[in-house]
Amino acid sequence: MKKKVKVLKIDLDKCVGCRACEVICSAFHAAPKYSIASPEFSRIRVFRDELRGTFVPVKGSFYTKAECPSRVLYFQNETPLSDWKREAYVVCSMCGAACPSRDLFKEPGTGLPLKCDMCENDPPLEEPMCVKWCFVDAITHEEFEEEVKEEVEFSELDMAIEALIDRYGWEKVSDAFGRMLFSKMGEEGL
Amino acid sequence: MRYGERGVSLEVDLSTGNIEKVETPLEWTELFLGGLGINAKLMWDRVGPEVEPFSPDNILIFSSGLLVGTPAFGANRTIITSISPQTLYLGFSMSGGHWAAQLKLAGYDRIVVKGRAPHLVYLWINDDKVEIRDARHLKGKSTYETMELIREELRDPRVEILAIGLAGENRVYFASIETYRGSASRLGLGAIMGDKNLKAIAVKGSKPLNIYKPEPFVKECEKIRDYIIYRLNNPIKGVPPILAYIGSPQEMKIYDEQWHLENFAWGHARVRRKGVWTKEIEERFAQAQKSAIKKFVGCYNCPIGCAATLALPGMPSYILKCYSKLTYLMAAMVDDLEFGLRIAARAQHYGVDGFTAPQVMAFAVELYENGILTDQDMPGFPSDPQERFFWLLDRIVRREGIGDVLAKGVYWAAREIGRGAEKFDHNTTKKHEQMTIKLGMLNPIYFLMYATGEKGNITQIEGQIPQAPLPPEYKEEFVRDWPQVPTGKEERFKQFILEWGEGDKVFPFYPPPDLCCELVEWQEIMHYIDDCTGICAGLSSFPIKPPYHIHNLPLLISYATGIEMSEEDLWTAATRVRNLVRAINIRRGLRRDEEKPPEDHWKKRFPEYEQELLTTYYRYRGWNEEGIPTKETLEKLKLDFVAEDFIKRGILKE
Repeated sequence: MKKKVKVLKIDLDKCVGCRACEVICSAFHAAPKYSIASPEFSRIRVFRDELRGTFVPVKGSFYTKAECPSRVLYFQNETPLSDWKREAYVVCSMCGAACPSRDLFKEPGTGLPLKCDMCENDPPLEEPMCVKWCFVDAITHEEFEEEVKEEVEFSELDMAIEALIDRYGWEKVSDAFGRMLFSKMGEEGL
Repeated sequence: MRYGERGVSLEVDLSTGNIEKVETPLEWTELFLGGLGINAKLMWDRVGPEVEPFSPDNILIFSSGLLVGTPAFGANRTIITSISPQTLYLGFSMSGGHWAAQLKLAGYDRIVVKGRAPHLVYLWINDDKVEIRDARHLKGKSTYETMELIREELRDPRVEILAIGLAGENRVYFASIETYRGSASRLGLGAIMGDKNLKAIAVKGSKPLNIYKPEPFVKECEKIRDYIIYRLNNPIKGVPPILAYIGSPQEMKIYDEQWHLENFAWGHARVRRKGVWTKEIEERFAQAQKSAIKKFVGCYNCPIGCAATLALPGMPSYILKCYSKLTYLMAAMVDDLEFGLRIAARAQHYGVDGFTAPQVMAFAVELYENGILTDQDMPGFPSDPQERFFWLLDRIVRREGIGDVLAKGVYWAAREIGRGAEKFDHNTTKKHEQMTIKLGMLNPIYFLMYATGEKGNITQIEGQIPQAPLPPEYKEEFVRDWPQVPTGKEERFKQFILEWGEGDKVFPFYPPPDLCCELVEWQEIMHYIDDCTGICAGLSSFPIKPPYHIHNLPLLISYATGIEMSEEDLWTAATRVRNLVRAINIRRGLRRDEEKPPEDHWKKRFPEYEQELLTTYYRYRGWNEEGIPTKETLEKLKLDFVAEDFIKRGILKE
């Protein structure tokens, strides 16, 4: 099956670390639309190390309940950077995972994973908002057709439920869901 | 619920360690907007004229602007306010960067600091969690070292920090407050922070900020973005490159320094060097700048990226701000940009104002060369001009020997040194170092701005109009596309652009006094609006034809906050703030006799005409002969509380 796929292209030389992408991403994905702004809710984050002149925008990509095994390998290498910096800037700075080892790509409060949807939900945009807002073209996007295997695509909601299950276990989540369903049915007199 | 703002101040008493969250009335936002406006209200209410700058009763306010944290491009300024140790008047200084947005996202519009901590501390604000933490281990650390160490201590690279360096700790009168990309430099507020034993404020916020009318708000932001792109690609014709764009291209993007190097005076604001910008020097400067730049850096929510991280061999990295790349080298009379960048690196790590510091050092060199300061005062003073500046800088920030006196700025140092040093204090107004210009003919517009400016700094008041008549061939085109002009002023201001420079329509008698007043008012008001909203002057009040202007700013404020605001309402609010700022200074003793630009700014002066200009401007503003806002003016602006106080103190008659 052929499918149109959009990808973000990042030009690290052009990024000035301003976080405009984070601001507009968080606003666009708010409900109602644009009603709030807060980078901590953004699905794209910019790793910034001002004095080294390093700015790396990374989009939220996937959810995982496990910590990345390669972190251990990274920490075995001796570099002049202190450990916290390696953790913050080096090890994780190219990774968009919502994982247990950091608070990035997780919604503050709920802790639910935040994943980039290329602004293709509700209603789909031609151009993702971060691309629109980054008028110096550090973030651009490309579209192409790709052969994809027919498989169930995990939605944002699936990912959120998966995260809940990981946190509370199958039983509690399905209990809660069942309770809510019954009470809803009761309210509506079904 | 509050929109666009939090309606909450964080009140910190460093003497007792008490921390409170205090709500601010919505009415204050309607009257004073936010940022500088509410800061001024708090300063008026709490800091009487008897309070000395270095007193626990003096307060230090770190504020975001009204629109900071919204998706409005470039709404990111921190507005810091206190009583200046140098001028003894209200000191307000602004900084770009990322700090103010984090404060707003943490749930506060501003932090009001009073008292004095028993030892060096820093504040750590993480949403609702606010701590006063020991900072004794940070004593003597540079501004950037402090920021890096705090991030390490808190193990979070997303924490934003304001910090002082050695200069602030040692209460140098022109100490700055620095953040990674931004610096609140003017009027010595870093010294107040040092006096309060407050080394830094670290903040991180995750609370979403509510927007009242989200969709229209973002639509306006889109228009702003489109205009920014348009302007970046279509420079204004007929003006020097630094005025042709938006943002602060003079900082790092532009290599053409002819405007500054040839129009501004070198040494201790003494010599204008026409013709210094040769091909040879242009190549050298461009080379030095290019090789130093590691990366362009932007402020929060603004991709333009005016600043840059610089790395020079043997110097710690830093992010250069504003035109301080030139101020040091011009003051030292050194035709070498690398020297300028190197000394700026050290200066920013110490945390001093890149505008005042070079003038103070040039003043010291001048005194030395004229035998007023001798080798006895300055044992071991080098002979090389570059080494001299490093030597002086090191001593000023440590307040060692002569540095202890120079740390007070030119005005106070001249009086303390005596022996005729006062004569060399030729470039200060209201005790503060002014722009280093030595021009020919009196400029009546700038005369008024230097004389009556409350900020101590011309670049924080000027904007909107070209600084010299446009070449005739560009005039028509300029006025054809000029939507930024305030309603009702279109014909008048367009006429001004068209006829300025033609025939006898030249300085000093053109523009006539009434038109000068209107032009000054426009420039000033746009800056006061920015100081309240927190929008960067580089996108708004400073450039010619900016993306933000008097027509779209009221819309943005209305959509963000839900407060209905027309163009006229906004103009009035900014006028109110401007008058309140003045009132604070009037109460502290400011009068007409202090309102004069440095004597040698222009060679050709017209004392009588200048006084006529000043009187006309005072009347236009609704101020009396002494420059004091009248009772009627104050009441019209809903500043009755000021009028009452003035009458009670005998400043105004009933």
